[in-house]
Amino acid sequence: MAADRQVVIIGSGPAGLTAALYTARANLNPLLIEGIEAGGQLMLTTMVENWPGFRDGIMGPDLMAAMREQAQRFGAQIIEGNVTAVNLRERPFTIRLSEGKTITTDSLIIATGASARWLEIGSDRRLSGHGVSTCATCDGYFFRGKPIAVVGGGDSAMEEAIYLTRFASRVTVIHRRDSLRASKIMQDKAFANAKIDFIWDSEVVEVKDVGKGEVTSIVVRNLKTGKLTDVPLDGVFIAIGHTPNTELFKGQIELDANGYIVTHDGSHTNVPGVFAAGDVQDHIYRQAVTAAGSGCMAAIDAEHYLDNIPEDTSKPEQTVV
Amino acid sequence: MASDKIKTLTDSNFDQETKSGVVLVDFWAEWCGPCRRIAPIVEQLATDYEGRATIGKMNVDENPNIPTSRFQVRGIPTLVVLKDGKLEETLVGLAPKEEIARLIEKHL
Repeated sequence: MAADRQVVIIGSGPAGLTAALYTARANLNPLLIEGIEAGGQLMLTTMVENWPGFRDGIMGPDLMAAMREQAQRFGAQIIEGNVTAVNLRERPFTIRLSEGKTITTDSLIIATGASARWLEIGSDRRLSGHGVSTCATCDGYFFRGKPIAVVGGGDSAMEEAIYLTRFASRVTVIHRRDSLRASKIMQDKAFANAKIDFIWDSEVVEVKDVGKGEVTSIVVRNLKTGKLTDVPLDGVFIAIGHTPNTELFKGQIELDANGYIVTHDGSHTNVPGVFAAGDVQDHIYRQAVTAAGSGCMAAIDAEHYLDNIPEDTSKPEQTVV
Repeated sequence: MASDKIKTLTDSNFDQETKSGVVLVDFWAEWCGPCRRIAPIVEQLATDYEGRATIGKMNVDENPNIPTSRFQVRGIPTLVVLKDGKLEETLVGLAPKEEIARLIEKHL
């Protein structure tokens, strides 16, 4: 059976769209399935100041729109929709979409990225949209003149804290350690901001008030003393990192202990013909530019793979998995 | 922005427009990236449910009262389903079209 496609790409952040651009330019007629969080994490940002070539920065959503159009200009087909299941055990690979349609493909590039992590204390999820958020640019607006907290100590947490001072009366950063993980430049910006204060060595154990359906305070535990403190506020922004979107591939692709796809020799996974790019396989760099770079690698790896597969891949003896 | 099948809801027309039948309300704003992803889905739903349910959009910037006071919206996109003016469902964040459609179907 001939596959519908030579290349299917799942995910539409910088990794997926760069893979689409390169495979389109290689005349591989790629199909990219956007997914529900289309455009990826950059859609949740404002000004991106570290994307090379834009001296004065570029808005994240604008950058993604431009990448999308660039890939389409070279013939990449981009469809909305969500992948609900994949079969990577048989060739061609099968991709099932949310509306029930299936697509077969000779090669697959996984660029499903990572999504924001929650505290997993129950009350945070239950108050999602009612004062607890993982997206400062989406929800900061609702906290004009109100005290809020940002949970986390990395670059994203500082970025969110600084951004949120535009709206909030006070931003309290709550961090598990006594120093920040964020880069020096972000730390300096945060420390210099008079609206930002810090609660160190502490974790959030509860967000109140689930019964009322709104955030009234958080209970913070000092990890050194065990002391519990109730901090009254109106909103909580969680910036404690991300989890890779690999649920779809469990049992079919090698994942590491944290659920990231394991890649080797560039973008190769343990299944020949399946490649991974971007945050779904990277818990170290996690930058837009490294994601785009690995998307390019995946495209080139897929191209080499397709050049070398035998004509008829449906014969059982050809199945490599 | 909104197609003619989508009702533009405001603080002043909200009660009148939502008092009977099944109504889906999409709370959104220009500056909200994920809201742009929901918008085409809401437009499709407006076509799919024409004559059966009202599909409305409410800009939270222009309408400071109902979204935040009555529905405690603190994040967007948020979708709610009302039946005869009563709140039945709340969906925060991005969701596939099928899931939103299911919430409407439940109350038809």
